[in-house]
Amino acid sequence: MRYMDEYRDPSIARSLAARIRARVTRPWVLMEICGGQTHTIMRYGLEELLPREVELVHGPGCPVCVTPLEVIDRAIAIASRPDVIFVSYGDMLRVPGSRSDLLRVKAAGGDVRIAYSPMDALKIARDNPTRAVVFFGIGFETTAPANATAIWAAKHECLTNFSMLASHVLVPPAIRLILASPANRVQGFIAPGHVCAVMGYSEYQELSGECHVPIVVGGFEPVDLLEAVAMLVDQLESGRADTENQYVRSVTALGNRGAQQRMAEVFEISDHRWRGIGDIPASGYRIRDAYAAFDAARVFDTGQIRVEEPAECISALVLQGLKKPADCPAFGTRCTPEKPLGASMVSSEGVCAACHAYRRHTA
Amino acid sequence: MSMFTCPAPVTTRDTVLLGHGSGGKLSAELLRDVFLPVFANPVLCRLEDQASVEINGVRLAFTTDSFVVKPLFFPGGDIGSLSVNGTVNDLAVGGAKPLFLSAAFILEEGFSMDELRRITASMSQAAGRAGVAIVTGDTKVVEKGSGDGVYTNTTGIGLVRDGLSLSAGSARPGDAVILSGAIGDHGICILTRREGLELDTAIESDTAPLHALVEAILNVSTGVRAMRDPTRGGLASTLNEIAAQSRVGVRVEEQAIPVHDTVRGACELLGLDPLYVANEGKLVAIVAAEDADAVVAAMRADPLGRDAAIIGHITERDPGMVTMRTAFGTTRIVDMLAGDQLPRIC
Repeated sequence: MRYMDEYRDPSIARSLAARIRARVTRPWVLMEICGGQTHTIMRYGLEELLPREVELVHGPGCPVCVTPLEVIDRAIAIASRPDVIFVSYGDMLRVPGSRSDLLRVKAAGGDVRIAYSPMDALKIARDNPTRAVVFFGIGFETTAPANATAIWAAKHECLTNFSMLASHVLVPPAIRLILASPANRVQGFIAPGHVCAVMGYSEYQELSGECHVPIVVGGFEPVDLLEAVAMLVDQLESGRADTENQYVRSVTALGNRGAQQRMAEVFEISDHRWRGIGDIPASGYRIRDAYAAFDAARVFDTGQIRVEEPAECISALVLQGLKKPADCPAFGTRCTPEKPLGASMVSSEGVCAACHAYRRHTA
Repeated sequence: MSMFTCPAPVTTRDTVLLGHGSGGKLSAELLRDVFLPVFANPVLCRLEDQASVEINGVRLAFTTDSFVVKPLFFPGGDIGSLSVNGTVNDLAVGGAKPLFLSAAFILEEGFSMDELRRITASMSQAAGRAGVAIVTGDTKVVEKGSGDGVYTNTTGIGLVRDGLSLSAGSARPGDAVILSGAIGDHGICILTRREGLELDTAIESDTAPLHALVEAILNVSTGVRAMRDPTRGGLASTLNEIAAQSRVGVRVEEQAIPVHDTVRGACELLGLDPLYVANEGKLVAIVAAEDADAVVAAMRADPLGRDAAIIGHITERDPGMVTMRTAFGTTRIVDMLAGDQLPRIC
């Protein structure tokens, strides 16, 4: 299959691993940001191919995982209303809020549907004019353009029964937070390719310059990730700290201007809470006042929801690369994908869940 | 290791979830918490795909299966052929010659009589192909809105070969794991129809009766320990059941497991793993190492086993766990899913 097989080619992977081994002279700690990248690393066991000098720690880039508990609870409250059709990406349905999850709302009679795109939710709204249709719009900069477009289209179509429960987070503020921690160990980052396909990578160039940290924009296949590691090791060994682009088949420096404009029209940057990490200033998007009629958080009064994370969960440290999943005494025992204690176990892309699914035997 | 062989979520579940029908951990939990405590007996507790009972010195295999597939008609088959093949296969993998089937229909008021005729014609044809007779049946009609057009149930009886005792609990270290062909066709066929995905090449369901393939295997080997048809939950769930019931490790080679390109492509698109996607005409056999080549050769002589291959072996290491050697030479776990595979966000 084109654009896939060549990036999963074992002989290319082996030669990249050899290139990394030949270049590395001392220990380096690298972090991949995106949950999709973590999933690939675990699924293909890429860490086994790397020399022991290169340590990969796994970042906070699973949007399902970092969606705050109170947003999930709000989604459950809205989805439970008899007048609502609640539409969501599939893997949000299993994510536990403080007491329930969307799968149980569905089992109890709630009209909860899975969609692949917010545009599907718009269609449902058009087809069901007497019901309120709410889309659960979560994600990083990757899903934000499609979600912004759905809201924009609803306004221009004068669709009055559509709204979105939005919870969008941004990658660069999370990298800044990790680098600012006194305990930080991360010396180089693999930036998320799909986010950069939308945003370009000028923000990362600023970060590289400001924090003197090498960043490589990486893809999601095993060969992409090994090449990104090779490029980071090369920078670190030669003392450089630039932003480079490994994922050239999808990413340009400026990104997708049309998508950026649509996002800017509908969303504005705001402070945001990350499940497992806490509040990060200017790290998310909120729906602008001009589109308030399409903001489910404002359309539906769900009251004040404030919940605390289980104290035992160390996902804040895991998501910042300060701890590994196996360092957690609850990992695989009191915390499993069936009954996650916290953020990084809830989605298959969360680092604890990926580790549990694929790497338990070595963890 | 108990946490791996007995994945017991601590949650109390007060309602039935769709995932309870997925064939994954939730299904196992339903069995363990609701059905087994009240129905327990030595036959049931073997937890095979079919019950094996002895009556007056004759050993019978006995099984039942219900079908709620949507859409009712799909490339490669329909709910009718599926209902016959499903039960035929559950009997066959127990080493039984399928003989008699029942057919029950739960019909929704307003369902098209023409479609019902198409379904029954298809069942009759499938029964002919499998050499079974449909000898009894039942019909119920529910009010419009209470069903999904038609649900079916078939129950089957077969005659177990003399001296044969297959069980998912009989795998031993060193045994070969043999798969009859490419995985994921049925599940992806249904899913792409349901999601309205237009693919360049249509994917056909692999629904087919496996009785002849099973016979071919048993004719060349007395070292067959267990056979299973990996339906819902896919190959991964079947291998996990064998690992758990036999208290052994199952080690498979990623590159040895055939997956059609169209299925692989659709799985990429939908964010699914073909290892967990349903099959309706595939067979996994656990066979003593010395018989493995002969069994593969016999399977390849049957059109339904043309792509048969040894995909791995049983190990003493990692009991209760399925591990996979990837194309990169690295190792990963192939876990049992909690419920249905849910499409990923990105």
